[in-house]
Amino acid sequence: MSLTLDTVSKVMGGEVHIAPTTIEFASGSMNVLLGPTLSGKTTLMRLMAGLDQPTSGRVFWQGRDVTGMRVQDRQVAMVYQQFVNYPSMTVYENIASPLRLRGFASAEIDAKVRAAAAMMKLNESQLGRRPLELSGGQQQRCALARALVKEAGLVLLDEPLANLDYKLREELRAEIPKIFEESGAIFVYATTEPHEALLLGGNTACLWEGRVTQFGATPSVYRRPTDATTARVFSDPPMNFVALSKAGDELVIDDARLAADFPTFNRLADGRYIAGFRANHLRIERGSERDLAFHCRVTGTEIGGSESFVHVLHGADRWVALVHGVHDLPHQSDRTVFVDPAHVYMFAPDGALACAAAYADAG
Amino acid sequence: MRTRWIVPTLYILFLMLPIYWLLNMSFKTTNEILGGFSMFPAEFTVESYVKIFTDPTWYSGYINSIIYVVINMVISVSVALPAAYAFSRYRFLGDKHLFFWLLTNRMAPPAVFALPFLQLYSTMGLLDTTLAVALAHCLFNIPLAVWILEGFMSGVPKEIDETAYIDGYSFPRFFVKIFMPLIASGIGVTAFFCFMFSWVEMLLAKTLTTVQAKPIAAVMTKTASTSGYELGLLAAAGVLTIIPGAIVIYFVRNYIAKGFAMGRV
Repeated sequence: MSLTLDTVSKVMGGEVHIAPTTIEFASGSMNVLLGPTLSGKTTLMRLMAGLDQPTSGRVFWQGRDVTGMRVQDRQVAMVYQQFVNYPSMTVYENIASPLRLRGFASAEIDAKVRAAAAMMKLNESQLGRRPLELSGGQQQRCALARALVKEAGLVLLDEPLANLDYKLREELRAEIPKIFEESGAIFVYATTEPHEALLLGGNTACLWEGRVTQFGATPSVYRRPTDATTARVFSDPPMNFVALSKAGDELVIDDARLAADFPTFNRLADGRYIAGFRANHLRIERGSERDLAFHCRVTGTEIGGSESFVHVLHGADRWVALVHGVHDLPHQSDRTVFVDPAHVYMFAPDGALACAAAYADAG
Repeated sequence: MRTRWIVPTLYILFLMLPIYWLLNMSFKTTNEILGGFSMFPAEFTVESYVKIFTDPTWYSGYINSIIYVVINMVISVSVALPAAYAFSRYRFLGDKHLFFWLLTNRMAPPAVFALPFLQLYSTMGLLDTTLAVALAHCLFNIPLAVWILEGFMSGVPKEIDETAYIDGYSFPRFFVKIFMPLIASGIGVTAFFCFMFSWVEMLLAKTLTTVQAKPIAAVMTKTASTSGYELGLLAAAGVLTIIPGAIVIYFVRNYIAKGFAMGRV
């Protein structure tokens, strides 16, 4: 079982929603579509499901061309960000409806519905109620149960947890990989949050403005982004960037010169680059002698319990440092921030990766 | 604080007075109505009502009216359902213009259409049938029904349709089993408005009928002109004409509020 999109594109009203994309999801794989809002995650999913027809390209399911096939005839299940259930039916009937349509015997339907409900932790009294009488989390469990009970080969989850509160989200997210393992289906999970992609594992496809920038095993996409766009999408807060040029064993940033005697930098030819490093690698204390130091201006701090987001301005570049502990740095004060060269990615001016951070190769 | 009740009370009195007067007259004899002014019937009589329920020229008027109103409601709602679904779910060339044009049909007075209808229906041999009136009323009831239903349908998220298709529902099955229950209140409101406009419309109903399919409104005016002034009878007929509307509106009162909230009624 595999799903292949072959140079699939979608243009609506002269606007490109999906640039020609070729991607293959292996059978029984967990796949994450990661991208900001309006990057085309939902559109791509709708093309996979057959809810929309591609402007060009073909969709193959298990090697068979299914482009233009009716949704009803496909082996898909889908869960939306909004809690979509049939309000006029009970939760039980909601979950049973795909099975009823396929003409299962009622004893079998009952067994399957109860199994799915048990997996989604919906109890007997909730099964008898209507979806709108349940809490948001329970409504989404109902929608998930309906998607699972169908035993479809392709399960599409479009930001299923985005509308839930933090605690419920954590709880359900922990269950999704388990459900996935039991089902043996291809899961495609859309999300805007990098850490959700990392938690789910599997493969990740990064999307940016309707283009898949990189597709591969989640940890490797995180560690070795092939371009600056992927790195930006797959970092939260976004990756910090600074334009610089390398001359011999020095890095020149505007007027400042930094010693850059570091193995990964030494392999690079002299020239212009964009350096990138994640927020959690930017420190406000010096870590070691080899750290690169930048003089910045603090523009604000957000304290989030055990960690603080320190917003700084380096020249015209806005950076964020994610540091442990509670720090309340005075607004508009000058501050030197540090980054270990082992955590610095170098991108060519066109965005392509020139060298990955040393730590990525080590791990 | 103490005088707060005055204005609403006066207003309600003002509204209820004619209705009370109609009721009052319907229980009087014509002589008493013409003879003097009294708040209560001196000789209480239900003779007018008895006459209406026993005389075929009277009660057939009600039956005819009810028949064409029901036919019209059924046609309007069943035609408007798919049309409203198309307007609410699909984008097509000129959809917004078409939608607005539907509404403009309601802007022309029925009198404009009386003559063309008369000639068209007489050619087709439909004159003096309840079907003719029911069809004529579709002219302004279908656009209204499409307009109201579209509002209710647009309130149902499109994702429900898609989820149903993914689950394997065919379109007709989805429409009847899932979609219609969701807009049941909208269908109720629509049916009520079709009922109301068709029930009170008199000009087309009178023009297109002569003897067999005469509606109650026509019966009432005729009685007033030919058999002298049977005011008691007329008042009783008036009361009986108000009642069906009052019953129907009682059942859909909550839904109408919802329709108003959606800005579509």
